[in-house]
Amino acid sequence: MSKGTLFDKVWEAHTVGVLPSGQTQLFIGLHLIHEVTSPQAFAMLRERGLKVMFPERTVATVDHIVPTENQARPFVDRLAEEMMVELEQNAKENGIRFYNIGSGNQGIVHVIAPEQGLTQPGMTIACGDSHTSTHGAFGAIAFGIGTSQVRDVLASQTLALAKLKVRKIEVNGELRPGVYAKDVVLHIIRKLGVKGGVGYAYEYAGTTFQNMSMEERMTVCNMSIEGGARCGYVNPDDVTFDYLKGRDFAPQGADWDAAVDWWHSIASDADAEYDDVVVFDAAEIGPTVTWGITPGQGIGVGETVPDAASLAEEDRFVAEEAYKYMDLAPGSAIQGTKVDVCFIGSCTNGRISDLREAAKVAKGRTVAEGIKAFVVPGSERVKKDAEAEGLDKVFEAAGFEWREAGCSMCLAMNPDKLVGRQISASSSNRNFKGRQGSSSGRTLLMSPAMVAAAAVTGQVTDVRELL
Amino acid sequence: MSQVTQVNGRGIPLVGDDIDTDRIIPARFLKCVTFDGLGAHAFEDDRQQLNGEHPFDQTQYQGAEVLVVNRNFGCGSSREHAPQAIVRWGIKALVGESFAEIFFGNCVAMGIPCVTASAEDVKALQTAIADNPQITLSLDLTAMNMTVGDRTFPVGMGDGPRQMFVSGTWDACGQLVAQKEQIQTTAAQLPYVSWKVSA
Repeated sequence: MSKGTLFDKVWEAHTVGVLPSGQTQLFIGLHLIHEVTSPQAFAMLRERGLKVMFPERTVATVDHIVPTENQARPFVDRLAEEMMVELEQNAKENGIRFYNIGSGNQGIVHVIAPEQGLTQPGMTIACGDSHTSTHGAFGAIAFGIGTSQVRDVLASQTLALAKLKVRKIEVNGELRPGVYAKDVVLHIIRKLGVKGGVGYAYEYAGTTFQNMSMEERMTVCNMSIEGGARCGYVNPDDVTFDYLKGRDFAPQGADWDAAVDWWHSIASDADAEYDDVVVFDAAEIGPTVTWGITPGQGIGVGETVPDAASLAEEDRFVAEEAYKYMDLAPGSAIQGTKVDVCFIGSCTNGRISDLREAAKVAKGRTVAEGIKAFVVPGSERVKKDAEAEGLDKVFEAAGFEWREAGCSMCLAMNPDKLVGRQISASSSNRNFKGRQGSSSGRTLLMSPAMVAAAAVTGQVTDVRELL
Repeated sequence: MSQVTQVNGRGIPLVGDDIDTDRIIPARFLKCVTFDGLGAHAFEDDRQQLNGEHPFDQTQYQGAEVLVVNRNFGCGSSREHAPQAIVRWGIKALVGESFAEIFFGNCVAMGIPCVTASAEDVKALQTAIADNPQITLSLDLTAMNMTVGDRTFPVGMGDGPRQMFVSGTWDACGQLVAQKEQIQTTAAQLPYVSWKVSA
């Protein structure tokens, strides 16, 4: 059993008590909600005559269903409009802070909470969204929950949970040029598998993570869930504190100094004990692309689609399914695979630094003929900052569309969708069958810079050739 | 609050690893403000592609109540719409090699047990059901085993959630709310709750 890790300390500090079942009643410091997984939770509260116990500890925004082109109300999609109205009413009736479209603060829930300083070290954070693991980048224990649990948090600000084990994933060394945080996490999932993290919290440690910016750390923590780990975190350090200082919800004055002291104290001890430790070398990691239907089916851009026989026995069934669905034969090169749509955005890679890296590749080049390429900033703030730097102009000059903030084609609950058998190069997090809005559509996951490289060449390309 | 100690019913085998919640209920069906009607759309795209050959469409499995799956079932999105769709189709319990964490937690909160069994036992169970779809499966959460025909094998579940089923406290909401005073005490001890912020 782990001891002295950040996970242990934060768990302990938030433990309300032990329930008769033996599970922990855990206090949730920050609850984030959005339009998709909250309406039924509010309905359950009403049915039971319960009120929101700590309305000031819940923050709402709208992201999954928002159109990224025409955002005029009412939305063209009647169902999307209905969900929007429901969230607006629920927030109003319950005194919950709500960042609506046009507020200047709306965006993907996992982009806006960090950028406003709502996400802080040492907190427990829950949201009805599996990519809540993103917030672990700050040294928070952050995880996704379902709607009945959203109800529980609204009603009591707590959850009934069993403690997780802790696996330290150490990556050491400098990343080679053209290799990004996205490649690091795709590499980890490739090696540990999509269910390797079930039952674990992942602690990302080692010099590679220490040298990452907060946004890079968010990309890695975001995809913890794709490796089966409900939460993943990085211990807070000066990079964390520098990022937080001065943000809207960051502590101020004397509270800031007290906060930094507390944040230092909750980091994992040097002699902390872990349930498991895995070590990788950053030099082994190259630009990575998925070829299959799970995020674990990734390969280096220069590699070929693996033969089922070369895989562990338990991975062969899904590999066979993936060859068929993706129409990619084992032994074929992933590089040179023609794509139809290029999507830059999402809670994984829709932040300003992601757009900058993609813009570097797009600058002075042109989107290849027949390719639809679009950039969706993760939030209204990211959009504004990008425009102030002229990134929108770089993308538009290259032939990319520049959109409004939202989840967009990551899960296609809005007008942004693949059509038929189209293949996308996507900076998002899931390549599941049908994920991007067409039941036969195909997704290749990669870094934003690699997506930009695919856009300007029309095919999967090693971004290092364009840098 | 109802205790869940036993589930008896016919089974439905769904063979495959890493079946994610996007496949269980595609995102377009999440455009709703209630869970009503989701049952009809469980596995919609997989079913369309299999043209009537998906177990959820096969006549011999209609009315089944125990879903038998393989490895890492329910991975991906946290959408409770996924277990809600399965349950509204008629499922009351799941047996599998392993389950994704959030999916499992959602099922607990809905009073739907997900128990694990060895790969061999799961495969044998899937075969037994395919051979005789009328056979009754008996899941016992007290003895922690599954009986099918003359065969009984052990099943697993964490002790916390198991207790919640057998004691009838799987809907934790009331229990959690009842601790209001203790919740406030815990909150007051957290440094960040009282920090001054500019926003």
